Amino acid sequence: MYFRFAWRNLWRNPRRTGVILTAIFVGVASMIFLGAVSRGSMTGMVDNAIGDLTGHLQVRHPEYRGDPALDHRIDDPLPVLELLAEILPSTARIAPRLRVDAVVSTARKTAGVVLVGIDPGAERGSSFIAAAPLEGEYLRGDDNNGILVGSALMGTLGIRRGSKVVLMSQGADGELASMAFRIRGVYHADLAATEKRCVFVPLAAARRLLGVERAVTEVAVTLPGTTFESDLPARLARQLNGSLVDVGLTAAPWRELLPAMSAYLGMFDFFLLIWYLVVFVAMGFGIANTVLMAVFERMREFGLLRALGMRPRRIFFMVLGETLLLLVLGLAAGNLAGGAGVVLLNRTGLDLSAFARGAEMWGMTRIVWPRIALSDLLLANGTVLVLGVLTGVYPALKAAQFTPVETMRRT
Amino acid sequence: MEDLRLAWRNVWRHPRRTLLTILAISFAALLLVFMLSLQLGSYREMIDAAVRLGTGHLQVQAPGFFAEPEMRLTVDRPDAVVILLRATPGVTGVSCRSQSFALAASAHRTRGILVEGVDPAHEPEISAVDRQIRAGRYLEPDDRQRAVIGGLLADRLRVAPGDELTLLGQGRDGSVAAGVVEIVGIFRSGVDDYDRAALHMPLVTFDEVFAMGGRVHRVVAAVDRLGAVAELKAALAAGDTLAGLAVRDWTELLPGVKQSIQLDLVSGFITYGVLLVVVAFSILNTFLMAIFERTREFGVLMAIGTPTRRLVRLVLLESAFMSWLGVIAGTAAGAALTVYFSHAGIGMGGAADLLRQYGMEGRIYPWLNGISLTVGPVLVLFITVVTALVPAWRVTRLRPVDALRAH
Repeated sequence: MYFRFAWRNLWRNPRRTGVILTAIFVGVASMIFLGAVSRGSMTGMVDNAIGDLTGHLQVRHPEYRGDPALDHRIDDPLPVLELLAEILPSTARIAPRLRVDAVVSTARKTAGVVLVGIDPGAERGSSFIAAAPLEGEYLRGDDNNGILVGSALMGTLGIRRGSKVVLMSQGADGELASMAFRIRGVYHADLAATEKRCVFVPLAAARRLLGVERAVTEVAVTLPGTTFESDLPARLARQLNGSLVDVGLTAAPWRELLPAMSAYLGMFDFFLLIWYLVVFVAMGFGIANTVLMAVFERMREFGLLRALGMRPRRIFFMVLGETLLLLVLGLAAGNLAGGAGVVLLNRTGLDLSAFARGAEMWGMTRIVWPRIALSDLLLANGTVLVLGVLTGVYPALKAAQFTPVETMRRT
Repeated sequence: MEDLRLAWRNVWRHPRRTLLTILAISFAALLLVFMLSLQLGSYREMIDAAVRLGTGHLQVQAPGFFAEPEMRLTVDRPDAVVILLRATPGVTGVSCRSQSFALAASAHRTRGILVEGVDPAHEPEISAVDRQIRAGRYLEPDDRQRAVIGGLLADRLRVAPGDELTLLGQGRDGSVAAGVVEIVGIFRSGVDDYDRAALHMPLVTFDEVFAMGGRVHRVVAAVDRLGAVAELKAALAAGDTLAGLAVRDWTELLPGVKQSIQLDLVSGFITYGVLLVVVAFSILNTFLMAIFERTREFGVLMAIGTPTRRLVRLVLLESAFMSWLGVIAGTAAGAALTVYFSHAGIGMGGAADLLRQYGMEGRIYPWLNGISLTVGPVLVLFITVVTALVPAWRVTRLRPVDALRAH
């Protein structure tokens, strides 16, 4: 009954209802759409960082974090690999790496780099390198002296594919070790900083250079399909740590490996809520005004209803029902339009190439794929619905308070 | 004048409705003033932070140095450049810098590092490293064979003030460059990449070790006003003294900073656009209702000979009153809020750690200036005027007879 009353009352003045519905519609659609774009850009940022040799979690020597040197290596990764195979879901990708600071030099130039020894097969689906656009060939595990160099570093060193470079680093014995490598491929990364910083060689070659037998510095685990909101990495890390204590190693989820980013993510939901509140306030004034107008216009009618014996409570709920219906209609249309916008934009992605250097500075991807999270939908709709109904309380109270005599006196 | 009075009275025929409309408009104005100030404040901080790391606002370099920083691409007579820059109005600091890659060996560890030759007497004019010392002290003008290094680098090399570091690199002429420096201080700029790699030594020592022969790589200048940089750059590039050299400003030296500001501005204005549209529809009903409930009144006025033109003016005046009141109140409140926070700062909580990676402080100070004070209110005023055109247009279509029949 309330619903039919509310519905009919709403359309007594279609123009006015249409205008305020448009305000709610535009507001909600923008909440959904812009929320999805920013969540998408955060997702890209995190995926970038995780793909940049971080992984969803890593097993390392406990001291490695504060002092990432060869001294803090895992001498025999085999027990770790067995443990991981046992605990992790079967889709997980496991990549052992030997990562140390090194110096790369050509006949004319020298640059500081991070030398990453990788198992070329294991990196597939793990870090960006296996999937990165490559000029030349990817590494092979049995390659004795092959190296992948970033395109930006090639420019700095002034060399071409096929050239030889010498890598120098402090070996396990503390002495400076060096070895010649031939550039098999030049890779392109999303971030020029990565291209400048990382060079990749097969694990075996890195071990030979550094004078270690089976050692690695980290075992990185990537869990396909895990979004940044998931607590799966943290759960797995806790589970692993129980067993790793015996071998003197620790597992850390990416949120611990990237503390600055994860702190920022913690604020993301808060920023989103502020944006929702701001949009709501902008339409809230309109909602309040429109419903108030509708109430004052119908003063005599409310007086009549009261005179006929309708209780103030029912009048209150009738008017509140109108607000509620208004909100539900606006929300439905806004959600649909926002969702449609996201679907449309996801065909091409949002291309930030015009601001590539700026996006890169913050670790964002050049193309943002908007993503709607259920929690955002609930938050946006919840904010508008709850605050909207609260806004409707005042006009509804007003309507319920009119006395028949008072309303008859006024025209 | 009479119309003004009439409009003013009409506006207050429904005080509650008028007030809500004014509040909506002032909310938009307040928000835009504050948000724009916040954006501009964070950009200022971002630019300052990047510039403070030793980039400066302007640099004089050899032409190819920016694309490929090679040892042999030098400014050959830096003194003349320094004198010219110092004599240029608006320049607040000038200092020379050179840089090279070298292997640094401590008693325990060996690493590749970035060696920067700085002029201890003038470096504080262009960078903040001297104020970011965490242990020991910064370089002093008569220091020789001494160095300060980044905190993370010190950890990696396992050194502390008092320890020695052996440097091995390549000189400008291709010869082997070797030297020993004593570490006198450790700095923490907050930017991990820099703190992990950088060492500062006196320019004199750098000159000896790397066989620079009095040449430097960059002459760095700081200016008092960001807005003046482009002008200064053009003036400098036009002069004769710098013939054969390149002048670069921070937008070229730090393209990431410039583009991320642009990106943020664009996304900011999209957000504001959406917000303004929502506000416009929010207030449109009030403006429209002012017409519909007074159709009869307008009919009477027309029937007794009031020209439509005057009615339109009346309606526009009424909405203008509300718009101006809203914008003025909102701007004033926004300015007050901004001024308060520009002293108190806004803590960025969890985001502070991330900001520190770009050399920024953990707090952001909104910056109220001519732009942030006016752009938002002008936009709000514009959108309300556009909104007010809708009822005004409806008035022009009223026919007295029909209007009189309305109720």
